[in-house]
Amino acid sequence: MELFWEILVSALLVIGGFFGLVGSYGLVKLPDPMTRLHAPTKAATLGVGGVLIASMVYFAVFKGHLSLHELMITIFIFLTAPISAHFLSKANIFHDWPADKLPRPEGDGQWAVHEVESDTSAEELLEAEENS
Amino acid sequence: MITYALMFAIGCYAVALLFNLYRVVQSPGVTDRVLALDTMAVNAIALLVLFGIWEGTAIFFEASILYAMTGFVATVAYAKFLLRGDIIE
Repeated sequence: MELFWEILVSALLVIGGFFGLVGSYGLVKLPDPMTRLHAPTKAATLGVGGVLIASMVYFAVFKGHLSLHELMITIFIFLTAPISAHFLSKANIFHDWPADKLPRPEGDGQWAVHEVESDTSAEELLEAEENS
Repeated sequence: MITYALMFAIGCYAVALLFNLYRVVQSPGVTDRVLALDTMAVNAIALLVLFGIWEGTAIFFEASILYAMTGFVATVAYAKFLLRGDIIE
């Protein structure tokens, strides 16, 4: 039975390390910013999840105390990785994709990233630039 | 067997951190830099947990929880700054 747990922990560690490496290699290798967003937020998150679950099994079986800290970290990372990816993709659209290069959204109006706020409008910003 | 798997995983994450560092230093756009920093925080969490298994202590989990939280908040703050030019409006 000992051997089974050893194989399980080792397999989880190897899978986790491999996916972490693939995620970070994709960050260097992939061609443009939007595709580069995929590699770390999916593969690296899976890799870290594998390592954390391996740690949980290891401490539960070989050290004799089950700790749920790792599960908490895993859930936290799995919750926050899509949020940060979403924020970064919005920032990327805002910087690199003007409204006429994007496909039109359904209905009338613009993508939310390009909609100008009303309280500090574009004219005010222009005035401030001219005055300075 | 666990020792060798642990060595393999630590090596993988060390190389992964080097890739991230390369992307932070040499990057075509600023969002890539922020993404590389975010990935760096995630990989550092994995490295801390692996070191915790190596040493057999549970002390490093608090450190990795802190790393996870500050890494997420830092990424969101960077992205918000890029998006709006301000973090808290």
